[in-house]
Amino acid sequence: MTGRAAPLRAAFYQALGEAWAGGAGVLLPAGFFAGAATLVPITFGPETAILAAAAPAVLWIALALASLVTMERLFQADLEDGALDLWAIGETPLSQIALVKTFAHWIVSGLPLMILAPFLGLILGIEASYWPRAAVSYGLGGLAFFFWGGFGASLAAGVRRGGLLIALIALPFYVPTAIFGALTVTSTVAMPPEAYLLAASTLFALAVAPFGMGAALRLGVG
Amino acid sequence: MTGHSLIETSGLGAMRGDRVLFTNKSLTVDTGEICLLRGANGSGKTTLLRLLAGLIPIEAGKLNVNGAVHWLGHADGLKPHETPRRHLMHWARAWGSDVDIDAVLVRYGLVLAADVPATGLSAGQRRRSAFGRFALEDRPVWLLDEPFSALDDDGQTLIAEQISAHCARGGAVVASVHGVSPLQPDREITL
Repeated sequence: MTGRAAPLRAAFYQALGEAWAGGAGVLLPAGFFAGAATLVPITFGPETAILAAAAPAVLWIALALASLVTMERLFQADLEDGALDLWAIGETPLSQIALVKTFAHWIVSGLPLMILAPFLGLILGIEASYWPRAAVSYGLGGLAFFFWGGFGASLAAGVRRGGLLIALIALPFYVPTAIFGALTVTSTVAMPPEAYLLAASTLFALAVAPFGMGAALRLGVG
Repeated sequence: MTGHSLIETSGLGAMRGDRVLFTNKSLTVDTGEICLLRGANGSGKTTLLRLLAGLIPIEAGKLNVNGAVHWLGHADGLKPHETPRRHLMHWARAWGSDVDIDAVLVRYGLVLAADVPATGLSAGQRRRSAFGRFALEDRPVWLLDEPFSALDDDGQTLIAEQISAHCARGGAVVASVHGVSPLQPDREITL
């Protein structure tokens, strides 16, 4: 009677519901991203050429850090309130539940960053012709960041105030995405090879991180 | 009413850190039976239940649980913003159950609390909501960690009735308890 997708759909809606019910916490990564990016022009002074050159890198750094801001509670809450036990008893692999939950978290907290990126590019003096590419790049990169951050969050689920631990675990995995992402945004070619490598790094995160999350959560339950 | 065994273990052992909680625990629970676990705080009742539920990997011994499991742990499983109605709807959706949620809410005395978020519920109301999950899907094995904690007299009677009815249908129950319990156990194990 139960389709294989039913538990995943339920987990997805529950994660979305929890995020919305959580109030302004949802907007924290977007606020962090926008705040960091708007402080940069102020601190750089009036040299617009330097600002435009540094802008893509600044946005990547802000995106990487913004993705970590709300990671801590992603699985910790489930571990504390007993929901993770209920998932663990079911037949659906925890890796799939983790994938769905992380994806829902990205939709709520990560997608706004992708939408914000071109507007912040405007503030930082990035040329308008680069905006579509920048949005796609920051969207793809953000997805990878959220999944590696989710992996860190699953390992640190049982740790109180595990935010620093999550960052330490996740940041090394951010490196390929950050390198290819920055190169993609700054490249002068229409469809640079770095874009494929950026997409590949995101696909790698989507394919591998859920299994790591599943194994880490299984350890956390036991 | 007893028949084939739903839970069979032999030589089960568990450790917490470098301390041995229990060794060589053998226990069999047949259909229609209630097994109570007793023991001091920290003696390993929760660990044994989590082993039976498959939440903890087995380090020593053998374990066979024949059938799906309903789990009630210390934490009730409600999300902070979830109302009892939403909680039951969520798990009904996850398990593909088409049980009438309103009827479950009535049966567990949650009508007035049905739309109150979990943070505003009493511990007993959260516990009743957690038991409401058991009505969503028929699963033979019920594993209950201190099921009567936080429940008022009516709640305890209600849950004891549900447990008896479950056993009469051929289910099996393993529950950890302290002190006087309203259940008539077929087996008792002291850890």
